[in-house]
Amino acid sequence: MGTSKGKSTNSENIEKQKESTISFDFTDRTKGIKLESKNANVFYGDNHVIKDVNLQIREKTVTAFIGPSGCGKSTFLRMFNRMNDYIESFHMDGEILIDEKDIYDGEVRVEDLRKNVGMVFQKPNPFPKSIYENVIYGLKIQGIKDKKILDQTVEESLISAALWDEVKDQLNKSALALSGGQQQRLCIARALAVKPTVILMDEPASALDPIATSKIEELIHVLKKEYTIVIVTHNMQQAGRVSDKTAFFHIGELIEFENTKDVFINPRHELTERYITGRFG
Amino acid sequence: MNNADKNQLKDGLFKYFGIFASLIGLILLSIFIASIISDGLRRIDWQFLTSLPSRKSEKAGILTAWTGSLWIFALTALISIPLSIAAAIYLEEYSKKNRFSKLLEINITNLAGVPSVIYGILGLEIFVRTWKLGGSLLAGAFTLSLLIMPIIIVATREAITAVPSSIKEASFGMGATKWQTIWYQILPSSAGGIATGVILALSRAVGEAAPVIVIGALAYVPFVAQSPMDEFTVLPIQIFNWVSRPDPGFITNAAAGIIILLAITFLLNGIAVYLRYRWQRHVKW
Repeated sequence: MGTSKGKSTNSENIEKQKESTISFDFTDRTKGIKLESKNANVFYGDNHVIKDVNLQIREKTVTAFIGPSGCGKSTFLRMFNRMNDYIESFHMDGEILIDEKDIYDGEVRVEDLRKNVGMVFQKPNPFPKSIYENVIYGLKIQGIKDKKILDQTVEESLISAALWDEVKDQLNKSALALSGGQQQRLCIARALAVKPTVILMDEPASALDPIATSKIEELIHVLKKEYTIVIVTHNMQQAGRVSDKTAFFHIGELIEFENTKDVFINPRHELTERYITGRFG
Repeated sequence: MNNADKNQLKDGLFKYFGIFASLIGLILLSIFIASIISDGLRRIDWQFLTSLPSRKSEKAGILTAWTGSLWIFALTALISIPLSIAAAIYLEEYSKKNRFSKLLEINITNLAGVPSVIYGILGLEIFVRTWKLGGSLLAGAFTLSLLIMPIIIVATREAITAVPSSIKEASFGMGATKWQTIWYQILPSSAGGIATGVILALSRAVGEAAPVIVIGALAYVPFVAQSPMDEFTVLPIQIFNWVSRPDPGFITNAAAGIIILLAITFLLNGIAVYLRYRWQRHVKW
């Protein structure tokens, strides 16, 4: 799928030199590049849904993808953990890199990639099992059975997801008995349990009430100290509150990718301005 | 009579016809069961359950028939359940949606409607003659498995489709393989629906006479089957055989046999209803 499979070290160096010429990067340069998209194009059959997107996301930052419905932001998010692979008509070219490695390279195992890149979905989707079982799922499928490790992981993950105090006495209760906001934090805990370095969030608060939403947003603030977070959101205020950088997509194209406050205060592109001021979308 | 009155009358008439239509099956079944019970219940005792067939009606028992039915139930379950569930999983989760898989799906759905005697003839040709299994329990179980596999496959596919895709996404998103997702998420979530389909299909297999007659199950088997290669009879065949005899003592025996067959079928259906109820209560999305 990728255009440059099995490239030599020499060409890697050239690629690295080219990095500096790629625009759209104005953040803290002490942080390394975590995620990168190089000339990524995505097609569903004949439908060209992502058009030549180039961007770089630095580690331990929060990046918001915004744009009108159908602009490709969710599709693009799902490129980073290869969730689009299940769509039969899906194909792509260009490169998606994580820690400078092309994740669409034939040698990458999707299962390993997803242990490193966790995902939180739009609708809370806990398994119809106990809270405990939900959190340890990622460890279970890796074959880890040591009760001590499992117990410890459950506690750590639930603490990190700010859910521990609410559920510590009822870990064997069904996850479906939790409120929507609690379920979503459980899904975050489940993603954290396998110790990823990247967390993708696809409109994580769109199905939640304002209080549950603000809890998720607070959580994102805390989590970004350790994780690289990319969040798709329809909510402009949310993008403004949680993200360091904002990428605006329109019909498959990346229109603008700047520091969040610049995007909101002083958008460069007219489309961006019209979108964030609510004049279309 | 004006138009409104006429309409009212039609409405009332239809209501009573509807009640009659709904109740007719139940009434006939009740009459049938009552008459069977009054004929046969007194015949059911320990001797009847533990005796081999005999030419004398009062000495004849149903031991070979009900043990044969039990054998058939177990062997058919063993053969049909894994194959059907595997086929359903393949069709739902693995097969690419193309013309071939469409064809496969339509065929399987159609197979569920093929008359059972046709399966008997197929079984006779393949299992009895080509595989040289003779009129054995194993040949019967294979034949009945063919008969009920389409039913189990359709039920399993429905149960699997009912598992929301968000659950699958969550599992894949955690780095689970397809098989892990099927094993840890899809199958447990659909187990109730699968079990219901399996039990209803098996209760049909236990009640079938035609296909097992065609493959050569005998009415008179003077011993209890010890291995899957033994000859056998089953309850429906035994009942059929007794009903066709002139001696009224055998008619009583047949009624007693029907009570036992009905009890088994109702029990299996009851389990299916219970499983469906439990499943609906426990799994809410």
